[in-house]
Amino acid sequence: MTDLTRLTAAEVADLVASGGTSAVEVTQAHLDRIAAVDDRVNAFLHVDTEGALAAARAVDERRAAGEELGPLAGVPVAVKDVLTTKGVPTTVGSKILEGWRPPYDSTLVQRLRAAGTVMLGKTNMDEFAMGSSTEYSAYGPTHNPWDLSRIPGGSGGGSAAALAAYEAPLAIGSDTGGSIRQPGAVTGTVGAKPTYGGTSRYGLVAFSSSLDTPGPCARTVLDAALLHQVIGGHDPRDSTSIPQPVPDVVGAAKLGATGDLTGVKLGVVTEFTGEGAEPGVMAAFRESVEALAKLGAEIVEVSCPHFKYALPAYYLIAPSECSSNLARFDGVRFGLRTGDDGNRSLEEVMSLTREAGFGPEVKRRIMIGTYALSSGYYDAYYGQAQKVRTLITRDFTSAFEQVDALISPTTPFVAFPIGARTSDPYQMYLADLFTIPTNLYGGPAISVPCGLSDGLPVGLQIMAPTMADDRMYRVAAALESTVGTFTPPAL
Amino acid sequence: MAAISREEVAHLARLSRLAVTEEELDTFAGQLDVILQSVAQVGEVAAADIPPTSHSVPLTNVLRDDVVVPGLTPEEALSGAPDAEEQRFRVPRILDEDVAS
Repeated sequence: MTDLTRLTAAEVADLVASGGTSAVEVTQAHLDRIAAVDDRVNAFLHVDTEGALAAARAVDERRAAGEELGPLAGVPVAVKDVLTTKGVPTTVGSKILEGWRPPYDSTLVQRLRAAGTVMLGKTNMDEFAMGSSTEYSAYGPTHNPWDLSRIPGGSGGGSAAALAAYEAPLAIGSDTGGSIRQPGAVTGTVGAKPTYGGTSRYGLVAFSSSLDTPGPCARTVLDAALLHQVIGGHDPRDSTSIPQPVPDVVGAAKLGATGDLTGVKLGVVTEFTGEGAEPGVMAAFRESVEALAKLGAEIVEVSCPHFKYALPAYYLIAPSECSSNLARFDGVRFGLRTGDDGNRSLEEVMSLTREAGFGPEVKRRIMIGTYALSSGYYDAYYGQAQKVRTLITRDFTSAFEQVDALISPTTPFVAFPIGARTSDPYQMYLADLFTIPTNLYGGPAISVPCGLSDGLPVGLQIMAPTMADDRMYRVAAALESTVGTFTPPAL
Repeated sequence: MAAISREEVAHLARLSRLAVTEEELDTFAGQLDVILQSVAQVGEVAAADIPPTSHSVPLTNVLRDDVVVPGLTPEEALSGAPDAEEQRFRVPRILDEDVAS
């Protein structure tokens, strides 16, 4: 009998549509898998068993009634706990929102429901999406299915681990500085950051509003594209949503899968191929570049001189925006309130609540942001970082006059052991060295598995121009057609 | 030289409404110093005449049609509140007693 958890999302959807299985059977198989392995992986913060089975039954009833089903109807999906889900706990990996059940659905979750996908539950993440290992979750770390003693990346480690552990065929992440792509890379899965504004931020708990981008995670490029198509597109409830249709990402993934990249010009980012990345990562990357050339792509080197300033600029801009956004967690309208003994003032209660509710990385970023925005430091820090952001954008614009897309390793190192980088916060920040420039520019980028280094997955990143998301899917699918997909050892 | 002192971190914590402990102040002072010294690299870039970028999407004055749509009921809006009274969020006192009296 087919193990339903090993199928791709496209295969599950076909099987449900043809009556080869039911949405309930598929959902139950994934719930059983979660029950069997998640005490070791800790990918899920909340499993919505009843909600998932009810959604699956609804799909089966619609099929029985002869209704037309969407392309992902009946396919289970795991949702990062950064998106609001009506009546279903949403913690953002933080104690400050423990037990909160939002009164509304985020736009992405509404679209997932409307498409007939089955939400299995909410996945673990670094608190408020700040981190690169999921170790900053207030609910314990997620473990990488490739090696349970190692990190699954972050902040969306739960979503990536759920895919790699076959607990879900699809997942949703959010990418502010690499939180979809870096977990994808270190778990051997596919993670796509859409063009900023290409997916709605309505109901996405804000970290850094000018950078936050929700997007699809999957085990294959086609599955990621199918999910991207369902969740993307204009949303009048997000004022930064781009009023244009989603590029034809599914068509592009199918075209790429033919393995022909004739006429496609790819630029290897010079600044990201020197020091900074592990030798094993570079070796897998170089082999993949050769593979892309064999598929017909023209490969050139492109210099982006300001990319080396992306990391410092990001760690000023994102904390600045976070220090403002997280002011809403004040113990008044939702979440935790601590120390309200009837005698203390609002300000004292607020300070005690935030002290008790936020973890150390969130506190560090709030204070860095407060510093960078304070008078006397504003011009030298936040203002200067915004100017560097302009120069990074110009590097991208000039690169895309020469090539169709840029490529680099996704992350400098493979999954590291849990605990290896938590004592030095800046060492953790380096995990996002190659992913951050795209966020500052606002374009799309995808991480696709490209090989192994000492038995651990390595990802290749493809960066494309704004609203040319289809282009990265074509290249990613072509690479996948030649290097294949990667399966972790049995859990 | 340190980029930031323990006293400055204590000040930032107050501005940030974080009642940090003395022990945390010791840890954060060292960590924030490392982070600030690293991010200060942005100062190396000659950018005096470069305009700042606050946002990557060039949209301005986004408007929508003025159509009434359903919103949250008071019960829904208050459903996550730590304390509520008479359909309002209830907060600790905001004025000193001598001011209030």
